[in-house]
Amino acid sequence: MNMIEAAAVHVRFGDRVVLESVDLAVAEGEFHGVMGPNGAGKTTFFNVLTGRVKPNRGRVLLAGEDVTGLSPHRIAAKGIARSFQIMTLFDEFSARDNVMMGLPEFRARGHDIARAAAGDGRFAAKSSEALAAVGLADKGDIRAKDLSYGDRRALEIAVALAQAPRVLCLDEPTSGLGSDGVQRLAALIARLKRRLTIVAIEHDMEFLFSLADRISVIHWGQVVARGTPHELQQNEWVRRSNLGKFA
Amino acid sequence: MIVETKSSPDAARLVTPTMLVLWLVLATVPLWITRIGLYPYLGIEILIWSLYALAFNLVLGTAGLPSFGHGAYFGIGAYAFGLCQLEIVANLWICLIAAAAVAGLAGVLVALFISHRRGIYYAFMTIAFGQIFWTLAIKSHRITGGEDGLLKIKRLPADFGLVSFDLTDNVAFYYFVLAVFAVGTAALWRLVNSPYGRVVAAIRQSEVRASHLGYNVWLYKVAVFALSAAVSGFAGGLFAMAQLAAFPDVMSLHQSGYVVMMTLVGGGLVSFWGPVIGVFLFLTARDVIGALTNAWMLYFGLLFIAIVLFRPEGIAGAISAAVQQHSLGALRQRSTSAMRLLFGSGR
Ligand SMILES: Nc1ncnc2c1ncn2[C@@H]1O[C@H](COP(=O)(O)OP(=O)(O)O)[C@@H](O)[C@H]1O
Ligand SMILES: [Mg+2]
Repeated sequence: MNMIEAAAVHVRFGDRVVLESVDLAVAEGEFHGVMGPNGAGKTTFFNVLTGRVKPNRGRVLLAGEDVTGLSPHRIAAKGIARSFQIMTLFDEFSARDNVMMGLPEFRARGHDIARAAAGDGRFAAKSSEALAAVGLADKGDIRAKDLSYGDRRALEIAVALAQAPRVLCLDEPTSGLGSDGVQRLAALIARLKRRLTIVAIEHDMEFLFSLADRISVIHWGQVVARGTPHELQQNEWVRRSNLGKFA
Repeated sequence: MIVETKSSPDAARLVTPTMLVLWLVLATVPLWITRIGLYPYLGIEILIWSLYALAFNLVLGTAGLPSFGHGAYFGIGAYAFGLCQLEIVANLWICLIAAAAVAGLAGVLVALFISHRRGIYYAFMTIAFGQIFWTLAIKSHRITGGEDGLLKIKRLPADFGLVSFDLTDNVAFYYFVLAVFAVGTAALWRLVNSPYGRVVAAIRQSEVRASHLGYNVWLYKVAVFALSAAVSGFAGGLFAMAQLAAFPDVMSLHQSGYVVMMTLVGGGLVSFWGPVIGVFLFLTARDVIGALTNAWMLYFGLLFIAIVLFRPEGIAGAISAAVQQHSLGALRQRSTSAMRLLFGSGR
């Protein structure tokens, strides 16, 4: 079964059509890459998947369940996690507390006013686990805003992992990372592959082509090409438009 | 709180060392306050306004929501306490609960209308609603006594079944208010350090992120406003007892501004205790400088301006900066977040 599916998603802002009609079907455990030039509507498409933007037409299905137009917190609770192109961590919180906010068991206790958040060992253990997964094991007590750029990117992924999501949407996860950072991220994703369904918007061709099972190219609000990395490299349209260059 | 408690075990405590010291110091106040030329009633006012400012700071400091009409809930609590006592039943506990409940209800009502907003739009709507409540209080002459106020409110005895304490004397009432203040500070401290408080603080930092982590941001904003209004109303009920009356002036825009000033001057954006520091300074300045000149507000206003310009995190911020020897950069970053709170990121 498809873990996440979008059918004929159409989005307009005023009279500006940003997504004409986008289809996507990602199987469970698949790593699906999304590429396309700036302004193509990739982030907007993620915003539709995660409930930030309600599509004017079209549907979004999560494991067969229609989640179109649900609010972000509902969709998140159903198991879609996302990272952001422009990072929005809880800057004043420690790395560990950022991760803690992502834990479903913490969220379930979010209305609890009578207990201390800090006293709960379960939260701390789970948070440490997610931090360790992204190589931040010893940086849990550092405030998010005092972390290096690369560590902040890693923390974003740790938060997403803490959510134990069914689908992970990554919006340009390598952006701003040095080649070291990209390699570490690639290694992390390689470890997560198969265990998670991942949709990743990415400009880094090498990164995407080496990791993705399939790739969709979005341009002018539509999917103009789709296939395995190998197929895409053969694709006449992709070669002619030389997407690799201006992406 | 913007100041993180991550490395401090206090966050997990119900009663912190700071609290204990503060309570103990406050308990000695009636023993010496007349000797320095002041009087126990000032202590009562400081405690009540501190509770009010701490409640207000749930919204301003913890949630980062600029509410500039909070006097409404303080005032509604005062009227509810008075009306409960005069019209329904003269029982201290019931009337205090009524004060909190009615103010909380008004808070829910307002929050339902404003909680999808942020920044300056949020601020404007809190002012508008505050003005509505204030006008209602003045115009409903038959219920509230209008500008003359609701008079003849009594300090009901604190009845504990076996023992009952008469609170008409200011020193006795001071100790009663101190007991309430102690419970209130412990409860609010626990609240801001609970999972709920952490979520609200997270929402202050990024509503978008919080929502994508599965938190119903709107609901949390409604709840924190209502909670804050309820505790403000509770403090208002105590204030009606203190004054033996309820007046509309605490609901006015400029008195709503006082609690904002107190909180910011004290450093509510960076510290749990900031509002208490601010209230203490404000009310003592009123009495001490006010005894010398009618223009005491001028001086407090100047202090306010100086703090906004040079120490936007308030006095608590300056203290913690001195203690922790924070870098200038960190300070500046925090002050910009204070500014952004007031003027930015509205939608
Ligand atoms: N909320 C919005 N209101 C109006 N226009 C928007 C909004 N969000 C995105 N857009 C526009 O939609 C287009 C696609 O943006 P985006 O999805 O961010 O592109 P990409 O991520 O592919 O670079 C851009 O022209 C952008 O200006
Ligand atoms: Mg984008």
